[in-house]
Amino acid sequence: MNLKTHNFCRTGLFIITGLLLTSLISVTQAGVEVRNFDNPKQERRYHQLVDELRCLVCQNQNLADSNSQLALDLRDKIYEMVKTNQTDQQVIDYMVNRYGEFVLYNPPLDPVTASLWLGPIILLIAGIIMLLFNIKNREKSKPVELSDADHERSKKLLNDEDEKE
Amino acid sequence: MLRYLIPLGIFIILVVFLAIGLQNDPRYVPSPLIDKPAPDFSLPRLYAPTVSFGPKLLKGKVWILNTWTSDCVGCRKEHPYLLNLAKDEQINLIGLNYRDDDRLAKALLKKHGNPYRVVVTDNDGSVGIDYGVYAVPETFIIDKKGIIRFKYIGPLFPDEINNTVLPLIKKLNAETS
Repeated sequence: MNLKTHNFCRTGLFIITGLLLTSLISVTQAGVEVRNFDNPKQERRYHQLVDELRCLVCQNQNLADSNSQLALDLRDKIYEMVKTNQTDQQVIDYMVNRYGEFVLYNPPLDPVTASLWLGPIILLIAGIIMLLFNIKNREKSKPVELSDADHERSKKLLNDEDEKE
Repeated sequence: MLRYLIPLGIFIILVVFLAIGLQNDPRYVPSPLIDKPAPDFSLPRLYAPTVSFGPKLLKGKVWILNTWTSDCVGCRKEHPYLLNLAKDEQINLIGLNYRDDDRLAKALLKKHGNPYRVVVTDNDGSVGIDYGVYAVPETFIIDKKGIIRFKYIGPLFPDEINNTVLPLIKKLNAETS
């Protein structure tokens, strides 16, 4: 590797490191909020809940990462519910009753989401079946039998190649 | 032949699914509140902060709850159509001023006109959360029994008002309470 490509690689590495670091910033930013919990378990539950609930204003962020006013309000609400020892299910029900199942990053298995959950499994099974089918077909097909004339011909062709060289 | 038809078939199915997906509006999230009782609240009135107002006072009437703020572009767009809609005496249009400054809200209504029978102020946004509001303007239609029958997200334009809102209100007014 010459010096130029080496430098190029280094710049690339710097850029990648920089990008990775900025992704860390957004995580720590959300963590700046100071919240006091009665015990570590409450804190863990709070963080787990805001992580797995979607923010509706900026739909591809969870409540933990979003800086929108609504996400802030909902974090306050979830904090309050966790502090008063309401169960995870109560918090999730609270959110689903208002915003629908869309807020769940982890949607439940029901008729609407069945294809979402079962689709990959069905595709995997279909793939395996097709693979087995193909393998079996290949076993069945026997190697091509060559007649004496064919042998002669191939020999002649190969000899021709030799003569050219 | 089948060897080529299967991938082609899968490809066509995929295209159809993607085409349907592209037609969907990702901002539209079906509200779980449809056909459920409108969440109760008791909020101060914008023009009479010492007097509270709530859905109970509207029992037996068909009413519209319109959430708005003074700094929302979509609300400004629908404002003239709401003014027009409110000319109808049958329409009980209630404004929910969501997470706003009372002064700014009053200034806007003074400048552009007030379509609302009553405006209530939801300064901390808690009633907005109960109604699942996430993108003002949002509009709810509540029937005589206090059940939410319709929700619309985004500015209400004449098309929607004439084709959906007015026929629904007419239908709901005909129902017995």
